[in-house]
Amino acid sequence: MTQQPASANEHIASVAVEKVYLKGNHKVPVLRGVHMSVQRGEFVSIIGQSGSGKSTLLHLMGLLDKPNVGEIRLEGQRVDDLPAATRDELRNRVFGFIFQFYHLLPELSVLENVLSPLMIRDSALTYWRRKSEYQDRAHQIIEQVGLSHRLKHKPSELSGGEMQRAAIARALIARPSVLLADEPTGNLDGQTGRDIIDLLRTLNQEQGLTIVMVTHDESIAQQAHRTVRLCNGLVQVLSDAA
Amino acid sequence: MYKLLLCLRYLRTRYIALASIISVMLGVATMIVVNSVMSGFATEMRTRIHAIHADISLETGSLDGEPSAQQHMALIREVAGQYVESMTASVEVFGLMHFRRGGQWIPRPVQLVGIEPESKTLVGPYTEHLDSYKTIREDGVVVRQPLRSMNDKPGWDLTAESTAYRKKEKERERIFLKHFLDQQQEQEPLMERKPKLEGDAPKFEEGAPTFENEVPEPKESQAAAVETANATVADDSQPTIQQVSAVQPAQEEAPNRPKDDPFKAQPFVQQQFNPDAVEPSDPDGPYRARVVLGAGLVEFIREIAPNKIRIERMVHPGDDVKITTVSAGRPPRPVSFTATVTDIYKSGMSEYDSNLVFCNLDYLQEIRGMMDPQTQERAITTVQIKLKNYNDAKLVLQKLENVFPSHLYSVKTWEQKQGPLLAAVDIESAILNVLLFLIIAVAGFGILAIFFMIVVEKTRDIGILKALGASSRGVMSIFLLYGLALGCVGSGIGVALGLVFVRYINEIERGLSLVTGRKVFDERIYYFPSIPTDVNSFTVFWVAMGAMLIAVAASILPARRAARLHPVEALRYE
Ligand SMILES: Nc1ncnc2c1ncn2[C@@H]1O[C@H](COP(=O)(O)OP(=O)(O)OP(=O)(O)O)[C@@H](O)[C@H]1O
Ligand SMILES: [Mg+2]
Repeated sequence: MTQQPASANEHIASVAVEKVYLKGNHKVPVLRGVHMSVQRGEFVSIIGQSGSGKSTLLHLMGLLDKPNVGEIRLEGQRVDDLPAATRDELRNRVFGFIFQFYHLLPELSVLENVLSPLMIRDSALTYWRRKSEYQDRAHQIIEQVGLSHRLKHKPSELSGGEMQRAAIARALIARPSVLLADEPTGNLDGQTGRDIIDLLRTLNQEQGLTIVMVTHDESIAQQAHRTVRLCNGLVQVLSDAA
Repeated sequence: MYKLLLCLRYLRTRYIALASIISVMLGVATMIVVNSVMSGFATEMRTRIHAIHADISLETGSLDGEPSAQQHMALIREVAGQYVESMTASVEVFGLMHFRRGGQWIPRPVQLVGIEPESKTLVGPYTEHLDSYKTIREDGVVVRQPLRSMNDKPGWDLTAESTAYRKKEKERERIFLKHFLDQQQEQEPLMERKPKLEGDAPKFEEGAPTFENEVPEPKESQAAAVETANATVADDSQPTIQQVSAVQPAQEEAPNRPKDDPFKAQPFVQQQFNPDAVEPSDPDGPYRARVVLGAGLVEFIREIAPNKIRIERMVHPGDDVKITTVSAGRPPRPVSFTATVTDIYKSGMSEYDSNLVFCNLDYLQEIRGMMDPQTQERAITTVQIKLKNYNDAKLVLQKLENVFPSHLYSVKTWEQKQGPLLAAVDIESAILNVLLFLIIAVAGFGILAIFFMIVVEKTRDIGILKALGASSRGVMSIFLLYGLALGCVGSGIGVALGLVFVRYINEIERGLSLVTGRKVFDERIYYFPSIPTDVNSFTVFWVAMGAMLIAVAASILPARRAARLHPVEALRYE
């Protein structure tokens, strides 16, 4: 594996990442040396066939999993081999996740779901002390995603679009620098999906958030600055969008 | 923070967790109730045993005893006077009691204790346990008021009721006997068949032939016995030997003591001592020997109807019983005497109630020949001591052991005397506790199973939490905390439930009796007016702690499993 020199503005990158899953006794290679570099403030979309390893790559970049070979770099530093506690911390502070199935906690209200990353970060005492500050921040972000009227609702009482907005608010509350979105529009109808993408674009433009988004939909992928296509576990085409 | 919030939410939304809360709760409540009742009984039992044995007892090694009460007490006062509150001397010896019932003389092995009631009652509760001082209840209804007031000093007198009863019995006997003897004179052969009297003429007549074999014929001809019997019966002042033969004309001369006839066959031979037994003035009067019988010796429980029992008493105050024991000296010889029952003793400890016969000390000393012919000093076998403060027992024991030689005396506290019994009770309650704790352990396994279910159900949420930065330890602590919360709530409610149950146990018992129509807790069987309970806060605390510990322990495995879930796989989980 040749090490590619990291550009000065590189935010997050996967270098020669390989991932193999074991199915029974034989190995299933999913990623076979993926090079991918995302600049700070860039909005990149990843497309590819189902089963091509898009989600796997996103999970590796978000430190939810470890690559078998290769490394994940955050601002030029290798992060995939850090101790578990540090990676937990990074996930909490640096990355924001958005999933296709929203993945909100069903027992908590929208507000509590949005606040959950902060609850995870702080001990009960610290959280209690900073509660009002956090509440303000949560209200502000929920306002931003347009969900102020649903604060006390449980996820089961929300529509798909509303749940995704709540999930986005949750991803943003910890003020991450990288947003990792796995098919954020996959379960939404066209218009709602476009609204969500618009929201992401606004965030990208206004706050300079780095966004990596996995999608099936070519038209949605076009909204990003750049599209990466995964095929047979390799990055196939790099194309610049509009 | 999220841990607290989530575990609170899980507690509120997972109804399945209620199952484990309930099982913990029931386990805790059962343990508290059972422990309280057990320790209530145990405490009650200890009090009763303590009452019988007094704080410390000094006993001679031999049945002959040592003279004299005054000398012993003086020495005790000299070495440990400042700790001693009161003392009483007694003579304890084994014996055999016979009482008459249904035409038979029924034997009972007894422990015969010669006491001085007045000092005895100062050393421990005595009058409280006497029938004549008690209010008698049946099914909660007072059927008899106390015959004596608590202020009456205990003695050996019969109550007015007992005297009246005795008079009536004697009268009845006389009437019957007169009739019987008239017949007997006409029908000579009948005289050979010596029936036992039941004090009830018709009954006797029907049953008479069946008694035939109960009198061993050979003994009848024992000249010595017959002679003594003659002498005894002829002279009412010597009724201690009741060996009257039907073939002797003496019977007709003294018809007021025929009930002793069956006894004639027994080799009761008066030894050396032949004190007056009846107040000469009154032929129906009580004997000089007076006894208080343990209730268990003469009472039995009979089921008169389904679920309805009655205590039957075979001997009443005012009746006479035969006592046989051994004389002091070498070799010991049997001595027997007739004594009038003045009262029934019921301490609530069946071990004692079915063993003890209290007798007037002076009489017992005399009849056992424990009196020095020259000095008139009387020997005693036991001194019971009540201390001002039982905490000094060890010290007093030490002091007494220093002056009373150990080959002649043994000095023991009541606990030492009852060591095996008390130890058995302790072991019993320990075993019961272990068994009951298994109930809570079962509840623990319930928690284990339910938690595994919840972990599986929450797999995706665990993945989400990890994606949001929760550490494995954090996820683990959610479930541990959850277990602790279940334990806390369960044992909290359990403790409350248990305490309420214990508090109202008698009301509950009454309710149960009403519903089932069967008395759950019969005071006459258990000797308790109500179920004794004793809530030990220490026990309650440890039961609650144990339950919480088990709940947490049971959640460790599921929690570890949750902590080990791989976030990506957890997120993929549908
Ligand atoms: N834990 C696993 N064990 C075995 N195989 C796995 C595991 N996770 C993923 N795979 C396999 O890896 C391949 C890539 O999965 P991945 O979820 O990354 O695909 P994807 O591109 O996101 O597909 P989709 O568009 O349907 O979401 C699939 O063939 C899948 O079967
Ligand atoms: Mg996918």
